[in-house]
Amino acid sequence: MAAAQPNRLPSGGRIDRSRPLAFSFDGKACEGFAGDTLASALMAGGVSLVGRSFKLRRPRGIVGSGAEEPNAIMQIGEGAAAQPNLPATQVELRGGLTARATRGWPAARFDIGAINDVFGRVLGAGFYYKTFMWPRSWWKHYEHGIRKSAGFGQAPDGPDPDRYEHMNTHCDVLVAGGGAAGLMAAMTAAKSGARVILADEQNEFGGSLLASAASIDGVPAADWVAAAVAELQGLEDCVLLPSSTVFGYHDHNFLTIAQRCAGPTGSSDGGAVRERLWRVRARQVVLAQGSLERPLAFCNNDRPGVMLASAVSVYVERYAVLPGRRAVVFTNNDSAYRAAISLAGAGAEVAAIVDSRPGGGGELGVRAQALGIPVLAGHVVSDVAGRRRVTGASIARWSGDSWGAVRSTIRMDCDLVAVSGGWSPAVHLHSQAGGRLAWDESRLCFLPAEARQAHVSAGAGNGKWSLGECLADGLRAGAEAVSRLGLKTAAIRAPETSPDAGENPIEPLWRVPAARDADRCPRQFIDFQNDTTVADIRLAAREGYRNVEHVKRYTALGFGTDQGKLGNINGMAVLADVLGKTIPEVGTTTFRPAYTPVSFGVCAGESVGELYDPVRTTAIHQWHEAAGAPMETVGQWRRPWYFPRNGEDLHAAVARECLAVRNSLGVMDASTLGKIDACGPDVVEFLERIYTHNVGRMKVGRCAYGVIPGEDGMLKDDGVMARTGERRFYLTTTTGGAAAVLDWMEKWLQTEWPELEVYLTSLTDHYSTIAAAGPNSRRLLEKLGCDIPLDKERFPFMTVKPAELAGMRVMLFRVSFSGELAFEINIDSNNAPAMWRKIMEAGAEFDIAPYGTETMHVLRAEKGFIIAGQDTDGSVTPVDLGMNWLLSKEKDFLGKRSLQRPDCLREDRKQWVGLLSQDGRTVLPEGTQLIGDNGKAAKMCGHVTSSYFSACLGHPIALGLVAGGRQRKGETIYAAQAGRDPLPVQIVSPVFYDPRGKRQHV
Amino acid sequence: MKRYSGLALLRNALDYNRNWPPAWRSPEPKKSYDAIIVGGGGHGLATAYYLAREHGFGNVAVLEKGWIGGGNTGRNTSIVRSNYLWTEASLLYEKSLKLWEGLSRELNYNVMFSQRGVYNLGHSLQDMRDIERRVNANRLNGIDAEVLGPAEIQKAIPCINTSPGARYPILGASLQRRGGVARHDAVAWGFARAADALGVDIIERCEVTSIEVRAGRAVGVATTRGAIAADRIGVVVAGNAGVLAGMAGLRLPIESHPLQAFVSEPIRPVLDTVVMSGAVHGYISQSDKGELVVGAGIDAYNGYGQRGSFPVIEHAMQAIIELFPAFSRVRMLRMWGGIVDICPDACPIVSKTPVEGLYFNCGWGTGGFKATPGSGWVFAHTLANDRPHDLNAPFSLDRFASGALIDEHGAAAVAH
Amino acid sequence: MLLIECPWCGPRAETEFSYGGEAGIERPADPYALSDAEWADYLFFRSNPRGAHRELWNHAQGCRRWFGVERDTVSYRIEKSYRLGSAGSGRPAAAQIEASEEKRR
Repeated sequence: MAAAQPNRLPSGGRIDRSRPLAFSFDGKACEGFAGDTLASALMAGGVSLVGRSFKLRRPRGIVGSGAEEPNAIMQIGEGAAAQPNLPATQVELRGGLTARATRGWPAARFDIGAINDVFGRVLGAGFYYKTFMWPRSWWKHYEHGIRKSAGFGQAPDGPDPDRYEHMNTHCDVLVAGGGAAGLMAAMTAAKSGARVILADEQNEFGGSLLASAASIDGVPAADWVAAAVAELQGLEDCVLLPSSTVFGYHDHNFLTIAQRCAGPTGSSDGGAVRERLWRVRARQVVLAQGSLERPLAFCNNDRPGVMLASAVSVYVERYAVLPGRRAVVFTNNDSAYRAAISLAGAGAEVAAIVDSRPGGGGELGVRAQALGIPVLAGHVVSDVAGRRRVTGASIARWSGDSWGAVRSTIRMDCDLVAVSGGWSPAVHLHSQAGGRLAWDESRLCFLPAEARQAHVSAGAGNGKWSLGECLADGLRAGAEAVSRLGLKTAAIRAPETSPDAGENPIEPLWRVPAARDADRCPRQFIDFQNDTTVADIRLAAREGYRNVEHVKRYTALGFGTDQGKLGNINGMAVLADVLGKTIPEVGTTTFRPAYTPVSFGVCAGESVGELYDPVRTTAIHQWHEAAGAPMETVGQWRRPWYFPRNGEDLHAAVARECLAVRNSLGVMDASTLGKIDACGPDVVEFLERIYTHNVGRMKVGRCAYGVIPGEDGMLKDDGVMARTGERRFYLTTTTGGAAAVLDWMEKWLQTEWPELEVYLTSLTDHYSTIAAAGPNSRRLLEKLGCDIPLDKERFPFMTVKPAELAGMRVMLFRVSFSGELAFEINIDSNNAPAMWRKIMEAGAEFDIAPYGTETMHVLRAEKGFIIAGQDTDGSVTPVDLGMNWLLSKEKDFLGKRSLQRPDCLREDRKQWVGLLSQDGRTVLPEGTQLIGDNGKAAKMCGHVTSSYFSACLGHPIALGLVAGGRQRKGETIYAAQAGRDPLPVQIVSPVFYDPRGKRQHV
Repeated sequence: MKRYSGLALLRNALDYNRNWPPAWRSPEPKKSYDAIIVGGGGHGLATAYYLAREHGFGNVAVLEKGWIGGGNTGRNTSIVRSNYLWTEASLLYEKSLKLWEGLSRELNYNVMFSQRGVYNLGHSLQDMRDIERRVNANRLNGIDAEVLGPAEIQKAIPCINTSPGARYPILGASLQRRGGVARHDAVAWGFARAADALGVDIIERCEVTSIEVRAGRAVGVATTRGAIAADRIGVVVAGNAGVLAGMAGLRLPIESHPLQAFVSEPIRPVLDTVVMSGAVHGYISQSDKGELVVGAGIDAYNGYGQRGSFPVIEHAMQAIIELFPAFSRVRMLRMWGGIVDICPDACPIVSKTPVEGLYFNCGWGTGGFKATPGSGWVFAHTLANDRPHDLNAPFSLDRFASGALIDEHGAAAVAH
Repeated sequence: MLLIECPWCGPRAETEFSYGGEAGIERPADPYALSDAEWADYLFFRSNPRGAHRELWNHAQGCRRWFGVERDTVSYRIEKSYRLGSAGSGRPAAAQIEASEEKRR
């Protein structure tokens, strides 16, 4: 054990020494304990180099203990279940876990790219904007090289094997952060009767209390936490969410929480949920997310072994790991003294506490000195030695001048430098919610100021550093949330703690002076991951990038995976110093979700794969599938495309289906057509305004083809409508337009014409439509047994009648989209499969052919009927389509006025025509552009919208839109063909078959 | 202007980078200018640059209320292409693409225009018809375009899901190889530096509070840094065009909506082109740093908040996982929003206005970034000559009265 | 995600609704009396304010009714939502409410 975990302390911590866990790092076998993070286990195992920096490839070690970690970015797991880019500090150790460092080639320990560090000065901020421009075409080669070094981890190599889910919930009070303040706030709110959700990003509640030596109400802090959590668990309506990060605070008090339900590589039992997104509408929010410690900007402050002081305490106290044997603590505030005391208590040697403040620390300083730790007040660490691990610190007297040069007078050997540059409240959610921030000159941090939504900040996130203050502030915030809810606050007292140690105030120390000036001294890092240094910020300002947003973007400050948690405030402070401004004058940047990164998968939730979008199928779909029909996707619908027999391809099947309809009988499932029941006393007046034709003239029992233009005059949708009663119409729409047409009608009805009493009901799913088409369709119906006469005198073309067919109630439409004698059977969807089967049985004698969308398209094209959305594109009016006969001159309708605009009256608008390839055999590809002549510079004059081989006519036919086309019938134009000579095409009438329409009238 | 080059980098490195000059000055505003450009985004800065460069205007100011490039220039997904459907639009965007191709050299600032190709996926037979139509039109207009089938797409983009069993299977795609991405901030900074070198005053933190109109003619603006007179005023303020129009008593056929985008954490290179899908509502590329850059849809409602609704992000995530199932475990780092001005026909307005001497360049919707140099070029022409160039004449305000709209709703990969 | 109060069903998440644009755009009584420019103004031109905005929403996944909302387009705060006018007044409902609201102020 001791050999495997040389830095593990013999006792203490919240790890379970009885449960050792084996894992691997960069292929090497390692060991840790249950309760470890990957970071603490690596540290226990003596691994100090965990990665390389992004640009300069400098060796890097673990800096922090949580979300702020910039260096230990790991690839966890393998294959499709791999998880890129997890900070080792946030990975709970599990047995069998495999981890790899993500930077450095061939390895993090030895990286060829480290040569960049040598040329670092050339690679200053924004260097890439200034070079790689010559020769012009070479950027792609330069870029190729640059991209080779991009990124950290690797995307998994296959579809995600895990599941994710969304949970919608409401609560009275959401408490974000379960440390001292958050626990108190949750306790106060829950005991006052509020419905509470308490979420914390760690797997255990308690926050910094888990690494604290303090006592609360006379018991160790961790015991108090356990008791508080147990009490909350016992309360009704209190939901505790550990391992759950509140990452987004959106409008109207809507918050998003990502909960980790399984380990980073997924669920072991498969099928379980890996992560859950809680979508919470909270009436009140308490933000108690704590604060983030800042490092200090001295030379080579990125060397492995330089760590945040608070992280040092966490590793010692919570994980029983000694991050170093001989430490120098460097600080400008009292909090770092705790790290020194922790280290000393764990048996490490603390060479010195180097404190920039002339007066040193307060009571903690006295305590440290009592432990024999030397305090060097009024001094700074100006540089550290060592490359792959700190070996010593250079210490200089601090004059208060950041930018002058200093000579170091003391040199101390050490393998650990614990730094603290003060604390920044995690104001991210407050800011995301639109809250303002205010700079606090005494605490040297931004504090949450006015809120824009219903939230209140508490604890360290509100600038309360001491335990006593945090507990009291949590209680206050909880009570405030409760009173805003109008509830009575339960009587709760703040727990007692040992009196807070008297502290000396923090002192500003943003850039630590070095032996040479800030441009020439060794690098002083601000953003570790992106290699942004003090010199880079100075360079940006020198070059005129003075706005903080420009500086950030020019230097990449804050654009790493830690999103500036470590470096942003330091960067802004250095910028303020450089510009001679105050920090609030420089301003802060807007915080945006996510607080910490969240997987695409958890945001997507269940709605992926089959559940990405609902699939709509008709009542007869199973029959189509059984018949082996390939499906066409039409909006959400799946429709049979064609019904191949004996291995036919599309063309053979369609030719056969078309001839069956023309010569005998075909049947089609047209159920996807939109169907709307419109009724009411004012239904005629209403439809007169929506449709272009004279609706009022339709007699009951009559059908009519109608088009619906938008108010801009362009065709929106079309379909057959039937007058089924004096005050009732049965409207049909295109498959894709069904919902939009209903919405369109409802909006006019409700917002513009409320004086009209009309009721609209969608019938699309209630009724199925079966079209029986072909010369034998009447005989089919007669054979099925129909209780109404079907002859053309008593049931003429374009009429509708209720009937009983094959023993089932139907609405029978004598309409045709093929130009043949045809009947559309509208039937309760429950009965549709039975009707379809009966039709197939009865139709056998006529060699009935079920046909799909493709044959339907060919048949209608032979007749010159449009498909809205295929032959039109939002720029086509009914006039362009040759439908003047449909436009009533006697009434206004939506879109009519627009048709009088100059552009709509142009003679040379694109008009709908038929097209014939002059060679008599080329089927023009749909989407072919048409040109006026066959010259090279010919201008486009139109395009092909529909094109098929007509088996019935024996040659190809096409439809298209051609400028001034209607006046140009007989003219020859050309179809442009890629890489080939243009093909001559003749403009003809769009009606190719039975132009006088005799066949449908028989 | 001190030239940037590899040699200059080396020379300056020897000197610890202490002698780089400012990329642009920060002058005090003068009392009057020959032309004022309101809005220091990419389009505004490009306009100023081309006014000075192509039309000899020596006395030009760009007024920016915040920091240059801080609006949509710095918030987009940086896609550049010209494969629009209608001739009018595609010629305008193609002019822009041609300018992009020489932009780094022209500005002596590497805008990292990376011509890695743009795929527009088709998921239905109708999508494929539309793709054929657009590709054929592009070719006849001299714009590179080709149609690819699923197998070719799979070969070029190994991580994409071309399974026929997908909810919306990929049936094909158009590819414009000359399309790609550029570094968005660099475009603003490069134009600013080059314009500044030609004498243009770039004035930040200078918000226009009113436009002074006398006898039907715009004569100047009031700003937070004092009144400034001008012969011509060009307004290029995406997301705020309506507000500025109101100052001159004009109304615009524009509605402003939030448009969102997000990036993932940097991962090793896995996607070396740009993929857009209209039916599955999303577009994606990978930056040179390794971040997946994803464009989401617009929020349906009017909004001036540079943030949007989370369900829109969720939907974009679902779309990306549909197309790239392996990205499910990649993590989103940051999401943000910009404000886009949407015209009824999804095409811009680059136009004179009923007020003499006042010109508007707006309504680029979700597609403005790619147009940056071209937009500046034609707008500069319009200001300089008091009439539009042939390329932007179809994009005048009067098309809304005449009805000559250019319907490019199919152009953006996201639903308007 | 906005929380929108449907005047008929109560507060619901934004995803249940569809947006209908600016409220109070009245269809001209006699479109043919308008010039092309005036017609275009009705068709396409919107006030698009930065601030208070009267707009139409439809509770598409609920009662399917249209109603009016006054929302700030910067803060997204919803000041109020209101039912549209009843049948029989001869005036567009959206505009009618506008007028009655004006009177009340």
